[in-house]
This record gives sequence, structure tokens and C-alpha cells, in this order.
Amino acid sequence: MSAARSLWRDALRRLAGNRAATASALVLLLLAAVALAGPAISPYTAAQMDFSSMGVAPGLHAGHWLGTDRLGRDLFVRVLLGTRLSLAIALLATVVSLVIGVTWGAVAGYAGGRVDGVMMRAVDVLYALPTLFFVIILTVVFDRSPALLFVAIGAVGWLTMARVARGQAMALMRREFIEASIAAGAGPARIVTRHLVPNLLGTVVVYATLMIPQMILVESFLSFLGIGIQEPLASLGNLIADGAADMETAPWMLLEPAGCLVLIVICFNFLGDGLRDALDPRSA
Amino acid sequence: MLVYVLKRIAGSIPTLAIIVALSFGLVRLAPGGPFDEEQALPAEIKANLQRAYGLDQPLPVQFGRYVRGLLHGDFGPSFKFKDFTVTELIASGLPVSLELGALAMLAAVLLGVPLGVAAALDHNGPGDRLIMGGAALGVAVPVFVVAPLAALVFGIYLGWLPVSGWEPGKLADMVLPAATLALPVMAYVARLARASMLETLRAPFVAAARARGVPRGRLLLRHALPAALTPVVSYLGPAAAAILTGSLVVETIFGLPGIGRYLVQGALNRDYTLVMGMVIVYAAFMILMNLLVDVAYAWLDPRVRPGAGH
Repeated sequence: MSAARSLWRDALRRLAGNRAATASALVLLLLAAVALAGPAISPYTAAQMDFSSMGVAPGLHAGHWLGTDRLGRDLFVRVLLGTRLSLAIALLATVVSLVIGVTWGAVAGYAGGRVDGVMMRAVDVLYALPTLFFVIILTVVFDRSPALLFVAIGAVGWLTMARVARGQAMALMRREFIEASIAAGAGPARIVTRHLVPNLLGTVVVYATLMIPQMILVESFLSFLGIGIQEPLASLGNLIADGAADMETAPWMLLEPAGCLVLIVICFNFLGDGLRDALDPRSA
Repeated sequence: MLVYVLKRIAGSIPTLAIIVALSFGLVRLAPGGPFDEEQALPAEIKANLQRAYGLDQPLPVQFGRYVRGLLHGDFGPSFKFKDFTVTELIASGLPVSLELGALAMLAAVLLGVPLGVAAALDHNGPGDRLIMGGAALGVAVPVFVVAPLAALVFGIYLGWLPVSGWEPGKLADMVLPAATLALPVMAYVARLARASMLETLRAPFVAAARARGVPRGRLLLRHALPAALTPVVSYLGPAAAAILTGSLVVETIFGLPGIGRYLVQGALNRDYTLVMGMVIVYAAFMILMNLLVDVAYAWLDPRVRPGAGH
């Protein structure tokens, strides 16, 4: 156990030495904190319309820091709520795809042989499908709720994770400690849950960090097209769509949520790269 | 080589069959049908409509009929674009989408590769930093952000290019959409080309060629570049996927009458047959692209060429 702890401590130390990754982590934490707390502090709510100041540009004088949209809704609150919803959907979708992917991959890697062949063939076939188009079918077929959205995105996002987990699991299966455990009489369930999955965690963390921005992009892509999050709920995607519609007269409506989205995606990418280097010094 | 190509074609038929079955199954899982409008239709009218579209038949019969139609190039009637079949909508949109996608793909590769190579030759220099910084941004900024910004800057502020609309054969209409669509792919291609060029330049065979006195230009173009291109070629499959998805946004924003826009409208209108047909066309196209990429890969890299080393 102490060996495992020192591995993580080592990784943390290496991560702290990576300035881009540390700064990104701080920015993300700050953004998450503001997105969680901000709407509670603000005097406005997301759907509240201020008829005396519709389409006001950002500034301090009108009481709307980031301006308002054409309906007089406060953009500061809407961008924060949008960030919160986009982050929440991305996190949940990532968790869904990690749970499916790691389980699938670990079982395939453990079983090997024909079971592995069938399971990975299934992944190959699904990989060849244009997954995003299936998410679109899902959103057409079922009601467009945020809950469905993260399940749909997560359900198509697990394939890469399954491949990675399976490769790692197969390598682990050849290690002595697994052999010792099998010799000591451990059953398949115990091997998978106690030995394979914990040892996959490092890889999983790296992939999760790199998967979250992908999930955010998928969610905002669908919301941008109008088949994701629906009004009056705000997500970064539908805020950008709203802004794009009014960009000639009110460019800030586009620039604020777009800037926020780009910042989040870039930070997660830096953090993921940093984590990969920290957890796997050989690849750095 | 021919056997390899035929084998790959045969191998892609089950994938296509699964796609057709999956999209048909998903659509039929839907709670409610295409005729559940806000104003409920009288029962007899609804029954008549369902009979007209064959929805009163058992599912296997409907599936059989749909597949038979597909084999004859018939995707069925559109539920919401009345008087149009899905095949007609696809036929009207496909040329526009193909032109857009091909232009974007060409721009991405023809600009991305030289940029990546230039960055590799200036390893850690200012040019390298500049190109890679731009590429990092290009990868992170999604098409649906770039597209409205490009329309705002080049279309409205500068007034250089048309912002929306499309006339057959008018290239100016395609410049902004194709450029925005190409940008993220170009950024990724530049990164790949740089990384593999750096690796290739350190490879023994390049050193050997240099030792033989091969001139620098020939060394780069004839020896290093083909070897460095293989990762770029294998990325072209995913690149086609990225361009396809991006085209949904770009066609919607710039008002191009391609199939991407029909797919989005179909999804918004819950036009089941239209969405299914579009997904099948996209999937078939993806499979074709992956096939072409594999063949090109085998042609470029002797190590994976089928039959080599046996």
C-alpha cells in the first residue's frame, strides 16, 4: 500500500513542477468555484428579464458585468450556469464511459482468448460507426433531456477507454503478483476488482482528463445545433448559438461563452498532458 | 493488392448492415410516432397515414421493406419535407457537401503538412513555437466558435467574402466555410507532420542518405517526407469524420444547402426517415474513407503492404 501511495506522491510532485498544468488546474478550480457559487451571489437569475437594459454591452455601470442578451437576461449568470451545466454533463458522461470502458476492457483483458476476441470485435465494429450521428439519432428518438444527453454521449465514448484498459489489463495479467494471487486461489471477480482495476487507475485518470474536454465539445456541439440542452436552460453550446445569431449587433454575446469554452478546453488539455507525463515518466 | 482491396470491401459489408439495423432499431424504439403532433389527429386519419407509410405492418416486414428499398437506392419518403423522398433530398445536397468537404480536406492537408514540416525544420525555434502555438489553439477551438467569428470578421467587418448563401459554381461562397472546416484538421495535421518529421530526421536511413551526399532538398522531399507522411495518412480517416461532423455546423451557419443541414433540420423536426437515411449515407461514406486510407497506407508503407514478408 505504501508503494502505491509513493507512486501517486511522485506523480503529484512531477505535476507540480509542470507550470502549464498547474496553472491550468488552478484556472479550472477557480472557474468551477465561481460557476458553483456565482449564480447564488448574483442578484439576477438565469431567466429573469431586465426590461430596462436589453442588449446592454459589458460594463460596470448597468449592473450587468458581462452585459445582457436581447431579452435583457444577465449574461454573467447565464455564462456561469452554462459552464456549470456543460461541466456537469461532461463529468457525468466521462464517468459513464469510464465505468463501461474500464469494466469491458478489464474483463476482456482478464478473460483473453475467444471471449476477448468477441468483445474487442464488438468494439471494433462500434468504432467504425460515426458515433456522433448515433447520438443525434438518440436525441431525435428520445426526449431531449440533460440526463439522456450525458448517457448518450457517455455510451458512445467508452470505446477508446475499453481498448486502453484491455491493453493494460493484458499486460498486467502476465505479472507475477497476479500469478501469485491466482495460485493463492483468488477468483476472477477478485482478480478483476482488486488487482486489475486499481492498477488501471493511473491510465484512467489521464484519459478522464483528456476525455472531459471532448465531452464538453460534444455537448456544446449538439446544443449549438439545437438538439442538446434546450432553452431556458443555458449551456455553453446554446449560449454560443444565441450569440452567433446576434453577433452583428452584440458580439459580446458570442465572445463571452466562446471564450469560456475555449479556456476550459485548453486548460483540460494542458492538465491531461501534464498528468500523462507525471504518471508515466517514460512517455515524457 | 487487388485481393486485399476486395477483402476489405467484403469486410465492410457487415459493418454497414449493422449500421442499417442499429439505426432502424433505434428509430423504432422511439416512444410516439412521427404523426404525434401537438394537435392530436383524429384516429382514422392517423390510421390512414400509418397505412400509407406502411407503419401498420409488423416490424420485420417494415425492416425487410426498408432494406429492399435501400438496395434500390430508395431511402423512403421524408415524413416532414412533404412531397420529397429522402433520396431526392440527399441527391440535391450531396454535391454541395462533397465540394465543401473535398475543399476543406485539400486545404487541411496541403497547408498542414508544409506547416508541420517547416516547424520540424525549425525545431524549438521561433517559427516552430509560432506554428505549434497556432496549432494548439486550432485544435482546441471548435468549429462552431470559429465559424461565426470568421463570418463576423471577414464577412461583416472586412466585407471580403459572402457570409451566407450559395450559387452553383461560385467559389467565393465556399472560401469561408471550407476554411473554417479545414482549420482544426489542418492544426492536427501540422502537429502530426511535425512530430513524425522530427522522428524521421533522426532515423538511421536519413543519416545514411546524408552521408552518401544526397542534396538537402532531395533528402527532405524524396527520403524523409514519404516516411514522415504515414501518420498523416492514417489520420485521414478520423479527419474525414471530423470534417463530416463539422460540416453540420458549417452548413447551418453559412446557409449551404448540403446534406449536413438536412440532417440537422431532420433531427429538429423529428423526421425519422430523413435522419436514418442521412446517418446511413454518412456511415457508408466513413467506411469508404477508412477503406481508401487503408489502401493508401498499404501503398505508402511497404511494411504493412499485404503479402510483404510472407
